Amino acid sequence: LALKLNVLKRGQLAALSIAAVVIIVGVPLWWRTTETYRAWLPVNQINELANLQLQLSADVEVVFARGTVTPEQQKKVPLTQTQDEEHTVDEDTALRYRYETKYRTATIMEEDALNQPTAAEADLSLHTLSESPCGSLVVYVIPESSTLLPEDVDVYIGQRRTALLRIGAQMRVGRTLEQLLAHLEPRIKQVLQVMSFSHTDITAALSDRVRLSPGNKESIADSMRAFKSSPGYEITFSLLNPDPKSHRVHWDIEGAVQTYIQPLLTKLAPLANFSIDSQTLYYAMLGVNPRYDSSRSAYTLNSDSLAHVINPVEARLGSNAASSNPVLNFLLYVPDAHHSPLHIHDHKKQEVLSNAFHSPRWGGIMVYNVNGFYGPEAVFPVDININMAKVMGVFLAQLRLLLGVQSSAPPPGFLVAPCSSTGLADWELDRLMWSRTVENVATATTTITSLAQLLDQIGNIVINDNIAQQVSSAVTSLQLAVAELEAGNLGFALQYSKEAILASERAFFDPSLLHLLYFPDDQKFAIYIPLFLPMCVPILLSLLKIVSEARQKRRERQAKKD
Amino acid sequence: IFFFYSIHLLHTADNAGQFFSSGHTNNWAVLVCTSRFWFNYRHVANTLSVYRSVKRLGIPDSHIVLMLADDMACNHRNPKPATVFSHKNMELNVYGDDVEVDYRGYEVTVENFLRVLTGRLPPSTPRSKRLLSDDRSNILIYLTGHGGNGFLKFQDSEEISNVELADAFEQMWQKRRYNELLFIIDTCQGASMYERFYSPNLMALASSQVGEDSLSHQPDLAIGVHLMDRYTFYLLEFLEDIHPASKTNMNDLFKVCPKSQCVSTPGHRTDLFLRDPGSVLITDFFGSVRKVEITMETINLTDPIKQVEQRKYSYVDQLPVSEIIHQKPKQKDWHPPDGFILGLWTLILLVFFKLYGMKHLKHIF
Repeated sequence: LALKLNVLKRGQLAALSIAAVVIIVGVPLWWRTTETYRAWLPVNQINELANLQLQLSADVEVVFARGTVTPEQQKKVPLTQTQDEEHTVDEDTALRYRYETKYRTATIMEEDALNQPTAAEADLSLHTLSESPCGSLVVYVIPESSTLLPEDVDVYIGQRRTALLRIGAQMRVGRTLEQLLAHLEPRIKQVLQVMSFSHTDITAALSDRVRLSPGNKESIADSMRAFKSSPGYEITFSLLNPDPKSHRVHWDIEGAVQTYIQPLLTKLAPLANFSIDSQTLYYAMLGVNPRYDSSRSAYTLNSDSLAHVINPVEARLGSNAASSNPVLNFLLYVPDAHHSPLHIHDHKKQEVLSNAFHSPRWGGIMVYNVNGFYGPEAVFPVDININMAKVMGVFLAQLRLLLGVQSSAPPPGFLVAPCSSTGLADWELDRLMWSRTVENVATATTTITSLAQLLDQIGNIVINDNIAQQVSSAVTSLQLAVAELEAGNLGFALQYSKEAILASERAFFDPSLLHLLYFPDDQKFAIYIPLFLPMCVPILLSLLKIVSEARQKRRERQAKKD
Repeated sequence: IFFFYSIHLLHTADNAGQFFSSGHTNNWAVLVCTSRFWFNYRHVANTLSVYRSVKRLGIPDSHIVLMLADDMACNHRNPKPATVFSHKNMELNVYGDDVEVDYRGYEVTVENFLRVLTGRLPPSTPRSKRLLSDDRSNILIYLTGHGGNGFLKFQDSEEISNVELADAFEQMWQKRRYNELLFIIDTCQGASMYERFYSPNLMALASSQVGEDSLSHQPDLAIGVHLMDRYTFYLLEFLEDIHPASKTNMNDLFKVCPKSQCVSTPGHRTDLFLRDPGSVLITDFFGSVRKVEITMETINLTDPIKQVEQRKYSYVDQLPVSEIIHQKPKQKDWHPPDGFILGLWTLILLVFFKLYGMKHLKHIF
C-alpha cells in the first residue's frame, strides 16, 4: 500500500511539475516569441500635435516720411504695437495672426530716396538702403501732396518688400497720434492682405487637414490649379514640330532656360528642388482639327476643344523623371504649314493674345505661328529661329500660376509693380512661403497622427527602429517649425516644415508597414489548436484527477472523523 | 482692356463652371486580373477590354496600372498568338499594338496590389509601376477573377479579403490619395467585396450579389475557351458608345447588364459617395477630360539670352562608375551554418544513448 501511495504521489508530483513548467516557462516563452517587434513611438507628443494651434507672426514697419506727421505727433514716435487676430477653423485647428507693427520716422537717406521722380525708382533706391528679412514688410507713408504716385492710386507695391502708402490730408486724418494710427490701421491691414498672408490663403493651405465647404470659387480654382507642396518638381520643355518637311525649327532652349527660367527657380530654391529637361518631338499632331475662319483668314481653336488637345499629346511625351516628383510640361507647338496661322479663341470668340493655355496641375501649351517668317515662294524646309523671350514670357507666367503664386486682382487704388526679370517679387515669395509652410505643417501632422492611429489599431504591424526614428524626427521638426512660425522666422519655419514632411512621408510610406497580418479569429484557432491541444489535454485531465482525489480524501477524512 | 502696370485678370467666371462639376484634375486607373491558367482566358480579356476603353477615352499609359496574372496572348495554347479576343467572331482584338502591362505573371500578388494602392513600394520601383495620385485624382479600380463571399482569389494560391481592401482604401483616404474612387468588380459574389467599405467618396459596382455566381458569356469554338464574362461584355458594349465629350452619367452605368442578360443581379453602392450619381459623368472615371484655362497674362522679358558655354559631355562623367564598382557589399544578418540545428539534436541524442543505453529509447517514442 505504501508503495502504491508513493507511486501515486510521484505521479501527482510529475503532473503538477509539468503543469508548472508549462505555465511558468512555456506561456511567457510563447508570448515573447510570437509578439511583433514594435519600437517605441512618442504617442503623447503626436496626440498633442493632433490639436494644431498655429501662430503666424509678421513684422511690419511703418515709416512716416516728412509731411505726414506733425511735430507733436512725432514726439510719441517710435512706437511698437502688437495686434492679434484669432480664428478657429475647426475643433482641432486654431489660427492666430500676430502683427508686430513698429512706427518710426524716415531717416535722411530714406527721404532722399523718396524724392525720386517715379515710384519705381524710389523703390529701387529704398531697397539699396536696407534689405528687409524674409516675412517682414516696410510701409512708407507719404503725404497727399507727393508726386510719386499717379492721381487715382493710393498704394504702390514694390518688387521687394516695400509699399508706398499715400495718406490723407492732415485735417481729415486728425491731430493726435492715436487718431492718425486709427486712420492708418485699416489701410495697412489692406496692404497686409495683399502682400503678406491672408486668411483665405491660409485656410486654403489647410485643406489637407480640414475639409472646408467651398467658399470662394476663385480660391477653389486656385487650389485646384497649383501643385501641392512637394520636395521637388520636374519641368520639361517640349518643342512639337508636326511638319519637319516645311519647318526646320531651332530654339536655344539652354540659353533661354539659363537666362529666364533659372533666376526664378533659384529664387524658389528654399521651397523645392527643380530639375529641367527639354525635348523635341517630330510629327506630333495636336489631335484636334482646327477650323478655318475666313473672316480672320486663320485657323482657330475654340476653348471647348482645348480640353481634348492634351491627351493625345501626353501619350507621346515620355518622361525623363526617375523620381516620383510631380512633372510640369510646357509645350511649344509650331503649326504645320497647311494650318498656319493658328489662333486660340476664348469663350467670347476673341483671339487670345498670348496664344497659350494651361491645364491645372499639368502644365501649359503655347502655339507659335511662324507663317510670318517666310513668303509664299520660300524653299522648304525653312529655317526658323524661335524668339525665346516671347515664348519664355508666356511659360514663365504659366509656371508662376502652376506653382501657386496667386494672381488675384489687387483692390482698387492699388498699383502693383510689374514683375522683375526673375518673374517673382519678394513679397510674392513670402506669401508662397507662408502658405507652403502652413500646408507642410498641416500635411505632416495629419500624416503622423493617422500613422499613429493606424499602428495603434492594427496590433500585428511590426514597427522597426528606423520608422520610430523617422517619426520622432518628424515630431521634433514639426514642433520646431511651429515654434519658428510663432517667432516670425519664416525661412527657418519653412526649412523645418520641409524636414518634417520628408520624415513623415518616409515613415508613412515605408514598405515594411504593409499589414498582411490580418488574421480572422477562426484562423488563429485553426493554427494553435493542433499544436497545443494534444499537450494540454493530458495536463488538464491529470490536474482534474488530482483535484478530485484530493476532494475524495477530504471526504474520507471527514467521514473518519464522524 | 490693358492695365498699364498691373497684372491681367483671370476669367474665372467662365472657367468656374467646368471646375466645379467635379473636383478632379487627373484620372488614374488600376486594372487587375487575378487568375492564371488558360481556362481563365476570359478574365484577362475582361481586364484588357476595360484597359482599351479607358485608353480610348483618354487616360494615358503613364496613369494606368495594368496587372495581368497570366499571359494569354503568347500562351502556347493560343491558336491566334499575340491576340486576345473579346467576341466570339474574333471581332475585337483587345490586346492591340500598344498594350503596356505593368505587373505581369507572378508579380500580381495581394502584397503588390496593396502596395500599389497604399503607395508603400520599395524606393527602386519605377514610375510606371506606381500609383502617383494626389488629392485631386479620380481613380478607377477594376478587379476580376474568381471570388467568394468576402474574398477574391489571387493566382490560385492566396486571397484578399474585403476587410483588407476596405482598410487599404481607408489608408488611401487618410493620405488623400484620391478625390473620388470607382470600384468595379466582376467575380462570383462580387457584392461582398464592397460591403465593408467605410471611407468617403467611394462608389462600387459588382457583377453579382452574395450567393450568386457571375457567369461567362460565350465560348469561342476556335480558341476553345470562354472569351468574356457577361457583365464585362455588356459593360464593354456600353463603353464603346461613350466618347470623350459624352455626357452619360452613372445612373446609366448602373443599368448595364440587367438580370435578363446577366443571369446574376449586378449591384452597386453609392451611400459613401458625396455627389449624386446622376451628376457624375462616365468620363469622370473612365476618361481623362482635362480642365484648361486660357493664359491671360504674360511677362515681358527684355534681357538678351546669355551665351551658355558649350560643354562636352562624356558618358563616363554621367555615370559614377568608380563609385559603383567599388561599392562595399551590404551587411547581411549572420545565420548559423546550414544543418546546424539538425547536427545539434543528433549530438544530444547520441550523448543520451551513450549514457543510458538503447532501452531508454522507448521513453522518447
